[in-house]
Amino acid sequence: MDFSWISAYWSLIVAGAVQTVLLLTISVVFGFLLAIGLALAQVIGPRWLRWFAKGYCTAFRGTPLLIQLWLFYYGVGSFLPMIPGLRESLLWPIVREGFFFAAVSFTLNYAAYEAEVLRGALLAVPKGELEAGRAFGMRPFTLLYRIWLPRAIRIALPTIGGEVVLQLKATPLAFTVTVMDLYAVAYKIRQDTLLVYEPLVVVTVFYVCLTLLITRAFRFVERQVPIRR
Amino acid sequence: MTTSPTIWELLAPAPPGWGGVLLTGAGSTVLISLGAYLLGIGIGLLGATGKLKGSRPVVVLLDVYTTAVRAIPELILIIGLYYAGTDGINRLLAVLGLPSIEINGFFAAVMVLGIVQGAYMTEVLRGAILAIPIGQIEAASAFGMRPWLRFRRVVLPALMPNALPGMANLWMSVTKDSALIAVVGYQELALATRLAAGNTKHYFLFFFAAALIYLAITLASNLLFTGLERHFRRGQPLAA
Repeated sequence: MDFSWISAYWSLIVAGAVQTVLLLTISVVFGFLLAIGLALAQVIGPRWLRWFAKGYCTAFRGTPLLIQLWLFYYGVGSFLPMIPGLRESLLWPIVREGFFFAAVSFTLNYAAYEAEVLRGALLAVPKGELEAGRAFGMRPFTLLYRIWLPRAIRIALPTIGGEVVLQLKATPLAFTVTVMDLYAVAYKIRQDTLLVYEPLVVVTVFYVCLTLLITRAFRFVERQVPIRR
Repeated sequence: MTTSPTIWELLAPAPPGWGGVLLTGAGSTVLISLGAYLLGIGIGLLGATGKLKGSRPVVVLLDVYTTAVRAIPELILIIGLYYAGTDGINRLLAVLGLPSIEINGFFAAVMVLGIVQGAYMTEVLRGAILAIPIGQIEAASAFGMRPWLRFRRVVLPALMPNALPGMANLWMSVTKDSALIAVVGYQELALATRLAAGNTKHYFLFFFAAALIYLAITLASNLLFTGLERHFRRGQPLAA
């Protein structure tokens, strides 16, 4: 095992880690917001919306993330230049990057998995609490953001923690669409130094540390709001 | 310059179209998944038994295995195992004085995915075995059943209903994880699609078609597992 290359590549590794964390944060935050909409659509939406949300979740959960990523990057990406005006607009430098496509497809994919979790959690909130809210004269929206959602999110919190870790483990796929994330950096180091295992080992340590950090963070949040059994 | 081919010409099963390549790829995706799944069940059974009955070092070793596999991203694991595995076998052959061999891509894919599946399967089966009322197993021992007979007649039928939902999830994830094998260059559905798309420049069409094939595999497996669960839960009260 030869780790003498680390000092030369350290800044690259850190930059890669930043990209990975950025991808993870974007997909988890936006995916979560989207998931709330999808879960609500499945629980209280009109029938057509319910079917749409159900279909969305089935489609995104039933196909590999790699195929979704390539469908966006190669497929949708080949249509984008045909949109008139887009290439001249300010958005183009963002929209032409692999990072954009990775972020979009990871977000959509995460939303599908998270929506299923939230749907179960929304249904698991005790009816009495919702009825109590209504008895106090709460409007549907107030009820939703004061009682229903907070309770559901608390119920789902352990599962959400697990989903975030799974999402972290999915981010290396972004390297297939030219994103310089942690894994892509390891790949580059392997090609530069002709070392097979060492770069993988270092990057793995990074991923495991991030996993530990996420689980710790969720455990901390869970302890702030103890659940009564 | 001729007119551009229609969708149906592109997806035709015969050579000018790429439908055949895609379907062959889908076939090897299913085969790889099946192989890895069966290997995973084998590893899982051994692992679960080891975790429940093994000596202290065995338990620690198995804990390291399941924790490591579940903490490391699948892509890194697959690439690492792929190189380490092929490299390791060739070094072993060199030590034995045999010429090095080209490891069959299919074999390597099954091994790599199977090792990953095995870690998850160990946990699923361990949980399912723990959920069996201990009295049932003790009763079987009291009747003088040998371990194998006890496993076949008592433990297996009792653990299947508990294990099936987890096993169904694992099957779904192995069919999707098999797409990662494309990165190390074995031609299954994902790589076949990329090839077809790259050659014809109809990226959207082919990746969409591949997504539909994967979706079809998932939906068909869903039906199969629903049926299996009904079979294994026969005789159990419905509202459990």
